[in-house]
Amino acid sequence: MSEPRTSPEVCGMGHSMKRKEDPRFIRGKGNYVDDIQLPGMLHMDIVRSPFAHAKIKSIDASKALKIPGVLAVITGETLAKYNLHWMPTLMSDTQMVLPTEKVMYQAQEVAAVIATDRYVAADGVEAVEVDYEPLPVVVDPFKALAPDAPVLRTDKKDKKDNRIFHWQAGDRAATDKAFAESDVVVKQDMYIPRIHVASIETCGCVADFDRVSGKLTVYMTTQAPHAVRTVFALVAGHVGLSEEKIRIISPDIGGGFGGKVPVYPGYVIAVAASVVIGKPVKWVEDRMENLQADSFARDYHIHAELAAKKDGTMTALRIKTLADHGYADAAANPSKFPAGLFSICTGSYALKHAFAEVDGVYTNKPPGGIAYRCSFRVTEAVHCIERITDVLAQELKMDPAELRLKNFIPPEKFPWKSALGWEYDSGNYPAALHKAMEIVGYEALRKEQAEKRARGELMGICISSFTEIVGAGPSKQFDILGLKMFDSCELRIHPTGKALARFGTKSQGQGHETTYAQIIAEELGIPAAQVQVEEGDTDTAPYGLGTYASRSTPTAGAAGSLAARKVREKAKQIAAHLLECSPDDLVWEPGKFSVKGAPSRSKTIQEIALAAYTNHPQGMEAGLEAVSYYDPPNLTFPFGSYIAVVDIDRGTGQVKVRRFVAVDDCGNIINPMIVDGQIHGGLAMGLAPALLEEISYDDEGNITGGSFMDYLLPTAVETPSWETAKTVTPSPHHPFGAKGVGESATVGAPPAIANAVVDALAHLGVRHVEIPITPEKVWRLLKEKGLAE
Amino acid sequence: MSRHDIQLSVNGATHRVQVESRLLLVHLLRENLRLTGTHIGCDTTHCGACTVLLDGDPVKSCTVLAVQAEGSQITTVEGLEQDGKLHPVQEAFWENHGLQCGYCTPGMMITGCALLARDKNPSEAQIREAISGNLCRCTGYSNIVKAIQSAAEHLRQQ
Ligand code: FES
Ligand code: FES
Repeated sequence: MSEPRTSPEVCGMGHSMKRKEDPRFIRGKGNYVDDIQLPGMLHMDIVRSPFAHAKIKSIDASKALKIPGVLAVITGETLAKYNLHWMPTLMSDTQMVLPTEKVMYQAQEVAAVIATDRYVAADGVEAVEVDYEPLPVVVDPFKALAPDAPVLRTDKKDKKDNRIFHWQAGDRAATDKAFAESDVVVKQDMYIPRIHVASIETCGCVADFDRVSGKLTVYMTTQAPHAVRTVFALVAGHVGLSEEKIRIISPDIGGGFGGKVPVYPGYVIAVAASVVIGKPVKWVEDRMENLQADSFARDYHIHAELAAKKDGTMTALRIKTLADHGYADAAANPSKFPAGLFSICTGSYALKHAFAEVDGVYTNKPPGGIAYRCSFRVTEAVHCIERITDVLAQELKMDPAELRLKNFIPPEKFPWKSALGWEYDSGNYPAALHKAMEIVGYEALRKEQAEKRARGELMGICISSFTEIVGAGPSKQFDILGLKMFDSCELRIHPTGKALARFGTKSQGQGHETTYAQIIAEELGIPAAQVQVEEGDTDTAPYGLGTYASRSTPTAGAAGSLAARKVREKAKQIAAHLLECSPDDLVWEPGKFSVKGAPSRSKTIQEIALAAYTNHPQGMEAGLEAVSYYDPPNLTFPFGSYIAVVDIDRGTGQVKVRRFVAVDDCGNIINPMIVDGQIHGGLAMGLAPALLEEISYDDEGNITGGSFMDYLLPTAVETPSWETAKTVTPSPHHPFGAKGVGESATVGAPPAIANAVVDALAHLGVRHVEIPITPEKVWRLLKEKGLAE
Repeated sequence: MSRHDIQLSVNGATHRVQVESRLLLVHLLRENLRLTGTHIGCDTTHCGACTVLLDGDPVKSCTVLAVQAEGSQITTVEGLEQDGKLHPVQEAFWENHGLQCGYCTPGMMITGCALLARDKNPSEAQIREAISGNLCRCTGYSNIVKAIQSAAEHLRQQ
């Protein structure tokens, strides 16, 4: 990116401004949901099912209710009286809030205890006696589709099987023909395991219903407060909760990554409890509840096939996937996309033909699946194409970099219409890969690898050249439960030239208070330090769909920019009035309008702001403010090339990521420091599923990794020192050429690491290793090959 | 449930409180004393969001009973700033973008302070080892390591 246009005092785009939100966080003065304590507040704790599938014969709360301090035990029967025991999911499926007949997964909510203190609430949970009758459990999604599989959703009248949806994209016949005409076909099964975002703050809320005013205020860990308000109004309208009387406040959020998009039963029960009891009720789940019951991500069983010519030119891609959604389709996808944006699976390559299909199935597992720091199902798609590309390279005995360079969509072919229907906005894939190879020292590493191999040491180097699809999205295709996926900004300039900007999104650590202020600073020349950014309170912020899928900068950021441009337009009229000239005679430079050819005759934005309230032209409305609801014309397509270098310990099977070079292209950059921070964090969340994380179940549907004892997040020790660099290819349709960056690294990193591990073992005939690549998995493989030490 | 009268000093102020035997130190700090900068992120002593200094040593306050802290000196994140001046570790986290959502940050900074109180010149590997009991989901750790290095340098020059 070129030099910033604004001074360091103004701090517009391109400045690494220190974050405006940090002074409160470094002093321990953040305000997270669990920090909120209201007068008379009660605590809620939840009784959960030990079984994955069982009939509830009875719930006996009498012992719990005898404990001093336990005020109520809420069950499905309680909620059924108000018809609140079921709720819709974001995918228009249905999900129980509390069961009245049976439980469908382990750790499902069964009842809730309301007490004066969190310890007493936990005592109450212990004392509730539930009598279950276990039912046959469906764990394996393939078996779920067998004709003799028990039908799980007996609540749906006409449901005769466990299939949720069939989705497909592309031209099957043309793809089959291209396969038939190709020289080489490679095939690979791969499983993208069920994982959990595990933000360090779990989910929770404080629901506060005021009986006198009828107003419900919910402080809630949500990434999408406005959509939640509307959903609450739709779901609970019949019990008198009307949208103007619902206020959702999303205070500081301790990480979201997609896990705080859905509405979980706990929130709804807490709201119901507050309405019924008339006091504030706090519910904060613990870590085990968070890992065991909240929406999971991924869980895609993929079969991929790639066809090519002898010279390595890829000709066609065919993918068949089984998606395990658990007991309900509670994905957080745009409604018209049951498989999310999986159709980005043609990746960075000029593939002419492709066909992809996904079948969603029900099993006795928690409902999902949400994203894990990625745009809807993009990680699954990228893992698939980047892994199969390496399988092809191995088959053809080609260097993986050479194969990629040969097949990249050429930079001059953008905008590129992909075989599965997307219009990629801009890209320069060879530039990113060349840069990554140069930084890592690719040739030298290949030499080192050859020497090490000769000595029996295991080292791998490999690449992932990903293309993402973010910034959902254009209203003609993108909505959630009918709500179009625009986003918004409401901008006010005060008389002294300071600003207040409110947005429909909600930061969970991304630094919006800083970057949004920089956008306004860039457009108006008002110092970013003097732009107050607010979001997350539905009573004050304009309606928006929230923060996930790297959409904040592409949508709300764009709205900020356009609102500022509207303000600038009005400021121009006022300046013309003050300078007694025609608006056409004015030129803008950040912070002021001056008369063409007479630069000393000028008015600063601060002078203009004052005039807007003290000396505005007759016939013009006073004030200086604007609102923008931005409906993006297209999605944005960030990309990059990552190279991982790994060493494998033959004694333990441990994979050590020695180096990781990430070259990202997210278009124009608002704050380079924050962008790098987003990439670092995304890389760690890419390393995590590649090497460590998986939520698995035994045959009875018992979760086998439901706490941080078994579900291993990367620590500073497993994490390498990230090496990052950029190329800049602006988005042609975004107001300031940005693309979004929060998730690129999570999407791009796993295949780079997996490919590097396979590369380390390729000479042993290894073609694929399933993630997470744990020491045990590698050690067994080495043992099989007679190489374990 | 039996109750106990305990006395402890938190960030230099003496508190006398009556607590249940089972009350965790983290809840005493957060709920009774309203020092909510110390966070909770797990139930298995893994995340370190609850780290405080107990007589100068970093401990996970979710794994200490309030009664065990009787007579001790506790420092929480709220006690790092002295006379309106940020601790060099706080400054360095801000300067180096060592935090994103801020949830792990108090525990991370307390652990960093404890390390630097022992050793003003730790290697990168020692820093990574020292914070390996503190999980961060947002930053990928690079800038946290950088922040602690930069605070160390600042402290060496003092
Ligand atoms: S809360 Fe996780 S270690 Fe204390
Ligand atoms: S900054 Fe979010 S967990 Fe560390």
